[in-house]
Amino acid sequence: MKKLGTQKRTSLNGLINYAIVIGAYVLLRVLMGAGLLSNSLQSVLVPACCYMVMAVSLNLVVGISGELSLGHAGFMSLGAFSGIVAAVALQNLVPFAPLRLAAAMVIGALFGALGGFVVGVPVLRLRGDYLAIVTLAFGQIIQNIIMVLYVGVDAKGIHVTTDSARLVLAEGGTAIVKGPMGAVGAPKLATFTAGAALLLVTLFVAQNLVNSRSGRAILALRDNRIAAESVGIPAGKYKLMAFVTSAALAGAAGALFGLNYSSTVASKFNFNTSILVLVFVVLGGLGNIRGSMVAAALLYVLPELLRGFNIAEYRMLVYAVILILVMLFTNNPTLQGFFGGVRERLFQKAPEGTVKGGGANE
Amino acid sequence: MKMKRFVAMALSCVLAAGLLAGCGDKKEGNQGSADGAVTIKIGGIGPLTGDLAQYGTATNWGAKVAVEEINALNGPIKLDFRFEDDTGSVDTAVSAYNSLKDWAKNSPLVIYGCTTTDPCVAVSSETYADRYFQLTPSASSPDVTTGKNNVFQMCFTDPGQGVAAAEYVKNTGIAAKVGVIYNNGSAYSTGMAEAFIAKAKELGLEVVATQTYPSDDTTDYNVQVNACKDAGAELVFLPIYYTPASLIMTQAKQSGYDPIFFGGDGMDGMLAVEGFDAGSVEGLLLMTPYNVGDPSTRNTTFVDSYKKLSGGIEPNQFAADGYDCMYAIYEACCKLDGIADMDSAALCDALSALFTGGEFKVDGLTGSGMSWLTTGEVSKSPMVVKVQNGSYVDP
Repeated sequence: MKKLGTQKRTSLNGLINYAIVIGAYVLLRVLMGAGLLSNSLQSVLVPACCYMVMAVSLNLVVGISGELSLGHAGFMSLGAFSGIVAAVALQNLVPFAPLRLAAAMVIGALFGALGGFVVGVPVLRLRGDYLAIVTLAFGQIIQNIIMVLYVGVDAKGIHVTTDSARLVLAEGGTAIVKGPMGAVGAPKLATFTAGAALLLVTLFVAQNLVNSRSGRAILALRDNRIAAESVGIPAGKYKLMAFVTSAALAGAAGALFGLNYSSTVASKFNFNTSILVLVFVVLGGLGNIRGSMVAAALLYVLPELLRGFNIAEYRMLVYAVILILVMLFTNNPTLQGFFGGVRERLFQKAPEGTVKGGGANE
Repeated sequence: MKMKRFVAMALSCVLAAGLLAGCGDKKEGNQGSADGAVTIKIGGIGPLTGDLAQYGTATNWGAKVAVEEINALNGPIKLDFRFEDDTGSVDTAVSAYNSLKDWAKNSPLVIYGCTTTDPCVAVSSETYADRYFQLTPSASSPDVTTGKNNVFQMCFTDPGQGVAAAEYVKNTGIAAKVGVIYNNGSAYSTGMAEAFIAKAKELGLEVVATQTYPSDDTTDYNVQVNACKDAGAELVFLPIYYTPASLIMTQAKQSGYDPIFFGGDGMDGMLAVEGFDAGSVEGLLLMTPYNVGDPSTRNTTFVDSYKKLSGGIEPNQFAADGYDCMYAIYEACCKLDGIADMDSAALCDALSALFTGGEFKVDGLTGSGMSWLTTGEVSKSPMVVKVQNGSYVDP
């Protein structure tokens, strides 16, 4: 009986997440249609979706699988650049923009997954903080590789070289990625609808993974690796499953992000970006998918909202202070007790009432 | 924990409410103030926080000095200036641009920026689609202006500087064998180096060594310096910023190698850095559009007002380019007929036509008689100076 109840609750939780995303999407669309949403807020919708996907996917590694990854932006970078190359290369083949965007995101996800596989296979067999160290290096390596990469496309296909002089393209060809200049002139295919759709897909993948047999194995490995292995759960396989899934989702988010701006540089996806996503995950709650989603959305939009106040140079300072306050408050036992009490009074009045009523009868 | 979400939500609700409240009372008549002057809104974008904050801050302050001067003139045009932070990243720059659009509402808006190249490329394709006139003080890649008829640069392009440097070396005949050390992780450095190498070869100079390093955090340049030394380079071209350049020059001195060092505008500003050992760059040749020690009244006034704003920091070329941008926009607006009835798009078309018309010329701190090519590139002559005893002199 109890087991059935838990399952119902998990699936209900999942449904609430979908409902939040769809509800927010519809609300924002209505606001946009009515002209009530400022340009500034409209422009952060797509990147906010990307970061929400990033946070949910990183939560699979950090929260669900219990490994620390410090190079999540590296997978985003892989996805962004492969997605941009795909979108430009497919320009003539697939003229319908949404389809091309979808293809670019799939290719971005494949490259992200490939990167995750290459990093994960050797590292996830080890115990300890090796994943953190290796992913940290991975993020840097990807950044440096893309910085020397020159990619162009012409009638003959895609050309890749590390020397700008050797990138000779036939007539009508375009240079897509130009070393340190990054990818310039990518088509702006990303839309808010695509962002919301990707977020729904991400939620679907993440929640189904967590609630599946594999997901329970991953959770068991996180909670007690020795015990889990003793009942025959292969640690490497399940950790790799979570890691590669996460990397693939990050790749898709990267492709969407890259196709939202006409200029993308490798240095955007540096260590700071990885840490930013990690902050979203930690503040939203490790293992809490809805938490990381909401935290990513709010914390990404917050600096833009702060522009509304005339505090110019103190904007980022205020942002940092708010981050610290959120961290303090959410970990403060007194406040937790206070808010917990408020919540009890608000939401659990009925059962409490019955108990009290019972007491009065005595 | 659910608590976290609650607090985060509550905080952002408060903030969002504050934002909306803030929007409500900003209802200004933007055009046609009491004295009949037309107000043009200038929206600046650049990094005020983060690694690149020094550049954004300089362009912000430089422009502010000019705006104050212009508004004090009581001319036909008044400028309303606002500068938004983009932290040097592409996505924030696009949001900053959109928040400036919100700020301007229906008043005519001109975009001033971005300070750095990658954000500028992203923002310029937005302004191109939305039809806002854009003038950047310092985004130097040709990608910024390529294919966009509304975007103009106040600074030299990177390849343009590389070409000018090669021509200077050829014309003065100071060296026949040249070496290049550049940062292949930087668009600025790579763009300039590639153009220099190509032009040098074309002009018959011998490029004997091409050395790269991956990032400006590098501290040991002995490999690169010795490669140039062994190849017998008489001149080493350094299309890089001054921090690595001073290390390269010091390490060359230590290994007994004394070529001519030649740098681009990334070297500018080093003499103003507190504690910078000017001795380490003695004899360096550099191309810069701006000399802070220029004794003209206009420049000394600028330096004084700038120092008041910056708390004593001397202006560099970023600041001077920013100052010139404001005067270019102001003087162009003064030349337009019927500006009072123009919206942003009409203003954009009129200004773009004027800038590319060939007649329009501006005198500024970074050059006199500056004009613009149809590509959006500025046409002004670079100035080559030599570092001697801690100041710039004619070579």
